Amino acid sequence: MTISNTTFDLEALSLRGINSALHAAEEGAFTVLNPGGAHALACGLNAPLEVTIKGHTGYYCAGMNKHAAVTIEGNVGTGCGENIMSGTIRVKGDASQSLGATGHGGLIVVEGSASARAGISMKGVDIVVKGDVGHMSAFMAQAGRLVVLGDAGADLGDSIYEAELFVRGKVASLGADCEEKPLGDADKAALGALLEQAGIDADPAAFKRYGSARKLYNFNIDHMDSY
Amino acid sequence: MADYSDSPRTVPRKSATFDDYTLSEIRRAAATGIYDIRGGGTKRHLPTFDDLVFLGASMSRYPLEGYRERCDTDVVLGTRFAKKPLHLKIPITIAGMSFGSLSANAKEALGRGASAMGTSTTTGDGGMTDEEREHSSLLVYQYLPSRYGMNPDDLRRADAIEVVVGQGAKPGGGGMLLGQKISPRVAHMRTLPEGVDQRSACRHPDWTGPDDLEIKIHELREITDWEKPIYVKVGAARPYYDTALAVKSGADVVVVDGMQGGTAATQEVFIEHVGIPTLPAVREAVRALRELDMHRTVQLVVSGGIRSGADVAKALAMGADAVSIGTAALVALGDNDPALEEEYQKLGTTAGCYDDWHEGLDPAGITTTEPELEKRLDPVKAGRRLRNYLSVMTMELQTLARANGKSHVKNLEPEDLAALTVEAAAMAQVPLAGTNWVPGQN
Repeated sequence: MTISNTTFDLEALSLRGINSALHAAEEGAFTVLNPGGAHALACGLNAPLEVTIKGHTGYYCAGMNKHAAVTIEGNVGTGCGENIMSGTIRVKGDASQSLGATGHGGLIVVEGSASARAGISMKGVDIVVKGDVGHMSAFMAQAGRLVVLGDAGADLGDSIYEAELFVRGKVASLGADCEEKPLGDADKAALGALLEQAGIDADPAAFKRYGSARKLYNFNIDHMDSY
Repeated sequence: MADYSDSPRTVPRKSATFDDYTLSEIRRAAATGIYDIRGGGTKRHLPTFDDLVFLGASMSRYPLEGYRERCDTDVVLGTRFAKKPLHLKIPITIAGMSFGSLSANAKEALGRGASAMGTSTTTGDGGMTDEEREHSSLLVYQYLPSRYGMNPDDLRRADAIEVVVGQGAKPGGGGMLLGQKISPRVAHMRTLPEGVDQRSACRHPDWTGPDDLEIKIHELREITDWEKPIYVKVGAARPYYDTALAVKSGADVVVVDGMQGGTAATQEVFIEHVGIPTLPAVREAVRALRELDMHRTVQLVVSGGIRSGADVAKALAMGADAVSIGTAALVALGDNDPALEEEYQKLGTTAGCYDDWHEGLDPAGITTTEPELEKRLDPVKAGRRLRNYLSVMTMELQTLARANGKSHVKNLEPEDLAALTVEAAAMAQVPLAGTNWVPGQN
């Protein structure tokens, strides 16, 4: 089924009806009006759709997204873009906690700030936050990149695996096994490309890069204080 | 001075407090500086279903003829909200065990055996493999805190989704798969470097508490268009409240796993000292369902130390709709087989006691990802053994149900039971045998 330039009003239609229509679509552009903080809106998309949500959403907006480009013209609740596989999510406002949790791929851009645990357990997603991120961001982050143009809260990258973190502002503190890494030319080039993809004009050289010290990868009694 | 050298002496007396195992653990801890890690469930003596008996038919109860009168065993899970509930031919399912903790051949064998009996098997921490899906006619997809290998395509090709809050071996603990078992394929599925210890999170990354879980379940339903039954699995910690909260959160099925339930690898101290046995957990979960008027509307699956048709029958009589088996299924495949005694001896253990599953050296080829060891398990033959075992359990279950006059195993009830010990009477809330005394009631 192909539907183009369709508008759904959540005050007139049910969430189930809108999500069903989006799941059935193979392509097209869609606008959702009056989201009213609804949970699980536009989750489970599995086609190259363009979805614009005019307002604020609740938990898990665009969760497990594949292929679709979702823009939220407002703020998003907990777990926006959780377990995203591919496609893009752009949040014009702020994001609540657990932004992009466990995301495997794709790109999430937040033009405001993101709360605690942004990128928790991320597994390959790229997340770019124009403002700040809260505490415990990138906790147990396995793969992918978290880019923060503002400041990062306490315990950034705690128990991190192979994800890469870039912060332009201040870092309140680094978590266990997270350390600053050199920012080489190849890193700057890759970061510059990601910022360009995210539509953000910033100098890659102004960022610091963080990653895993790899001291907790295998249990070692001498590192007991870190556990 | 009297000479007592020829007098009788007391025999050496071992301490009940400092028994052989305790002494060995103190020495091991002193030598290594690290806690003991092992697989399986609790090994201590606990009140179990063995402490209950069926009363059988008598003057006031008619039995059914074995081999002549039908005794059905089917059960449907997920009737509350799901468009496509699971129809099982027997009320015995295979519990969640991950590829990575188990070999691919073991996972295939579990699928083969379960499918042959018309029941379900379950993925584990690490995602779904194609072999597992191919050989499991009914596959439950676990949704765990780590979300290793989690993707919406697998969610959609599963037959049910199990949101794992905890497990009986370690309520409140996360997963643990040590580096020895992180093979290239396991590492790829989990997005981890090879050889790295994998300690799965103990909390979900994007929800906390029952109010959030309700929203999470709603999301999973939306993603799967409300087709899949959604289970919530809890370790037996506070089963009355956990069951009630799972129901409130919108679960179709609640899975309660007692402390006898196994794990791939966890600290010994966790396995033996956290959680409560399966016996009281069933009773508390059923109490919650009945008080909410949700008994049989939300199905209850019980696991943790289920070994025989008798255990199944007693769990059903206490109010469960089905059971799950894990350790027993592995034994049916060939785990801890005395035929491998020589190899167990080389590992410093003996058949029946081998539990260092985290080391990946299992001579039976089950709890390993080492390619040469894995080849030892023939998935077709092992699957056949599991099918046979499930078949025997089912016949035992039917035998007991017929003896109590039931034409369907789901009709077994607490009234059919008596307890052999005061502890079991108190925990199961059935009368002590030969009395009408239920501790706490009268």
